[in-house]
Amino acid sequence: MKVELSINGRAVSADIPPSLLLSDFLRENCELTGTHVGCDTSQCGACVVHVDGVSMKSCTLLAVAMDGRSVTTIEGLAGTVGAELHPMQEAFHVNHGLQCGFCTPGMIMSAVDFAKRHPSPTEGEVRRWLEGNICRCTGYQNIVAAILAGTKAMHAPQGD
Amino acid sequence: MNAHTGIGASILRKEDRRFITGKGNYVADIRRPGMLRGVFLRSPHAHARIKGIDTKAAAAMDGVAAIFTGADLAADGVGGLPCAWGVSNADGTPMKEPARSAMAVDKVRCVGDAVAFIVAETLEQALVAAEAVVVDYEPLPAVVSMLDAIRPGAPAVFDDIPNNTCFDWECGDAQATAAAFAKAAHVARISLVNNRLVGNPMEPRAAVAEYDSGRDHYTMWTTSQFPHVVKVLMGNFVLNIPQHKLRIVAPDVGGGFGVKQFLYAEEVITTWASRKTGRPIKWINERSDGFLSDAHGRDHVSEAELALDESGRFLGLKVRTIANMGGYLSTFGPNIPTNLYGLLLAGVYTTPAIHCEVKGVFTNTVPVDAYRGAGRPEATFLLERLVDVAASEMNIDKVEIRRLNMIDASQYPYQTPVIVKYDSGDPKACLDTALKEADWAGFAERKAASKARGLLRGIGVCTYIEACGLAPSRIVQSLGARAGIFESATVRMHVTGDVTVLIGTHNHGQGHETTFAQIVSEMLSVPTDKIEIVFGDTDKVQFGLGTYGSRSLAVGGTALAKATNKIIAKGAKIAAHMLEAADTDIVFEKGSFKIAGTDRSKSLGEVVGAAYGLVNFPIDVLEPGMEEKAFYDPVNFTYPGGAHIAEVEIDPESGVVELVSYVAVDDIGTVINPMIVGGQLHGGIAQGVGQALYENCVYDEASGQMLTGSFMDYCMPRADNLPNMQITTQSTQCTHTSFGVKGCGEVGTIGSPATVINAVVDALSHLGVNHVDMPATPGRVWRLIHNSATQLRAAE
Repeated sequence: MKVELSINGRAVSADIPPSLLLSDFLRENCELTGTHVGCDTSQCGACVVHVDGVSMKSCTLLAVAMDGRSVTTIEGLAGTVGAELHPMQEAFHVNHGLQCGFCTPGMIMSAVDFAKRHPSPTEGEVRRWLEGNICRCTGYQNIVAAILAGTKAMHAPQGD
Repeated sequence: MNAHTGIGASILRKEDRRFITGKGNYVADIRRPGMLRGVFLRSPHAHARIKGIDTKAAAAMDGVAAIFTGADLAADGVGGLPCAWGVSNADGTPMKEPARSAMAVDKVRCVGDAVAFIVAETLEQALVAAEAVVVDYEPLPAVVSMLDAIRPGAPAVFDDIPNNTCFDWECGDAQATAAAFAKAAHVARISLVNNRLVGNPMEPRAAVAEYDSGRDHYTMWTTSQFPHVVKVLMGNFVLNIPQHKLRIVAPDVGGGFGVKQFLYAEEVITTWASRKTGRPIKWINERSDGFLSDAHGRDHVSEAELALDESGRFLGLKVRTIANMGGYLSTFGPNIPTNLYGLLLAGVYTTPAIHCEVKGVFTNTVPVDAYRGAGRPEATFLLERLVDVAASEMNIDKVEIRRLNMIDASQYPYQTPVIVKYDSGDPKACLDTALKEADWAGFAERKAASKARGLLRGIGVCTYIEACGLAPSRIVQSLGARAGIFESATVRMHVTGDVTVLIGTHNHGQGHETTFAQIVSEMLSVPTDKIEIVFGDTDKVQFGLGTYGSRSLAVGGTALAKATNKIIAKGAKIAAHMLEAADTDIVFEKGSFKIAGTDRSKSLGEVVGAAYGLVNFPIDVLEPGMEEKAFYDPVNFTYPGGAHIAEVEIDPESGVVELVSYVAVDDIGTVINPMIVGGQLHGGIAQGVGQALYENCVYDEASGQMLTGSFMDYCMPRADNLPNMQITTQSTQCTHTSFGVKGCGEVGTIGSPATVINAVVDALSHLGVNHVDMPATPGRVWRLIHNSATQLRAAE
């Protein structure tokens, strides 16, 4: 099936099997391997991307369903703010919010959507939001700190 | 001390950039020209005879390149997977060590045992073809429980191994312990289960293998914590590939926790099949296959007794443990419940007599091996639960009973009755700090406040010690290790003064690229951004034993310091020549070689430049260049320890346990990067909390099927299951590592299960509860609360 979509701001068209998952399409067809696959039951969240700005698990989406949509992956995240690093990426680095790095792309993509919806969140709100993202390394403590800091940075007045 | 990037600085991690931008290079990301995809067909039976495998229809399907079975491997002379650590029975005879073929040939011994490898142009084609492979199984009765496995008449996992018993191991002094019990005023007893866990690093295991027929050379990229060991074990013992014809690369690896420190059949078969097909092959485990094929952790059933005098002093400890080996011996399987368990049973106490017996048992389950902490969490859990039981029965305060029996700082080095000799420590200081940090004194008030909200509050304390920094080769070889467990590092000074370090440990989240750079920065006064740490490629790095057992800094870091010192020593000789002084007059300070007591000096950069530029120095005495290598074999284990305190609130209506606070005070020796240490502690504690409250790998006893084979069934801790943990280090220095480091990778996982369960039991103690098995799930806790009078646990 033909599909035309935007990935990280670039127009992409492809002829793909209807059963192809978005996660596989990104990784195998588009060579965007920053989107990871850590489970086969849609629990782990390593594959989270943005579809029209909303965080979604790419392992639960069919690539053909993305026709006409706009997909952003971790590789394109900084581009959405025209910087070298998105504030959330910077916050994960500064707060030591990652260890092995495998869950990190999904965590960051999920966190950016959270931050858009919760301009001044509580720690509890962050922790509950992360129900769909599993990390085995960090005990979440520094991820939570990173998301709180990243959210603050995303909502800081421009030019500060 | 270089205040900016040296030892003690919480500098941000050098390796983060690639991970936060999606540029990590994990095995699943690797793509080779002409690459095929492979999938394993796994047994649906826990125990069955393979009467035949018909691959004909599947082999004819679209895109299928080849299908291999265990018979094909055997016909080609592929050897069995070796066990790298043998233990002996109490009578001195060796353990039973059944052969383990890389793929099942005539029998499967657990659900998930691989029976065929299907290789096709695409993953989808391989998966479809796998469904068309017809395996004729004759199901056999299976046994998954250890207690069932040693009953007379139990199904035999191996036909020629009686009672499914791999070994009957012991340590300590049975006679002295019996004598101690004979004079006891009180004996405290406990029987407990240490629940089976699945390590579940977030990156599933994977391998890409490529055979180059032109060079007769193999390369395998694999999700391994120890690529050099894979190279030796697989090349030398299984596939008969000469070492110089085999390259193993472990690139970015998404978490290990022990799960990736074994030689796995899939690595062997993918490599072998790449030669048979003549094309590169990629295999990626699905998570559900990971549950059925990653080596598991823990899984003990134990009984223990502690003899005390009338004042509460420990006189003797007796432990009997049955440990599950699973359906085969994994790489280090027999070592975990023996040497890494029994030898830690002194804990931080002066118990003079200890005797521990461990029976290793085969069952129709996935093999059990090291998982973060590996043996030491099990020892700590047993000991610290038993101490709480003793305190409660003798009506002694649980902090006081610990203090009364603790090794005093003045008693180090301390020889335990179970072989190991602790070099350094101060457990009382850690305990005192933890009590303060946790506001132990204010607990009654918090308990009352919880009660007013209808909640049961409990507080738990655990003190622990562990042996890590694996390993002093002479000691571990006397305990059954079949190789040395040293480490090596090369320091390469580039002509510009930039530094490349090649080290045999493997970084899969621990922050080595930063921590090791800090060591070199400290020693050479070179900023960390001019230092690159290279690891994980056997063609680049000379040799190494990898990362596990909290060894990387203690052993690898010491090798690195040793190599760096050789750089300084060579630099001093070159500087002496440049400054026309005697070698012995040269000192190295803050990045410069100086003539002692003068202001005449040459910078490190100038000296390195001279080493490569051959500026007039005696090449008959000094070799050109500046690159030094060191191997380091430690003289002893390192012994981190500490005190942890947790508080829980339990809702008696639902049985839900909420962990509300966690304080850890750890003695991990000198801290190189406090930020990274904090992260290691958080993650380690979270895994221990997972075992205590959430995680459990369960098999159905009748069918041998795994009931918890996905993240929907096996409860991984989530962010809202954990509080903010309060981490403090209070360190004594290790006496035999560079800088006095001890290691911090496992301490969180070792201290936390006992801490949390002690808190849960404390919350329920008014009901007469004296033990809760892990995980303390709502159902289990609710039943305890509502059946407290009948001591439900005994009936379970």
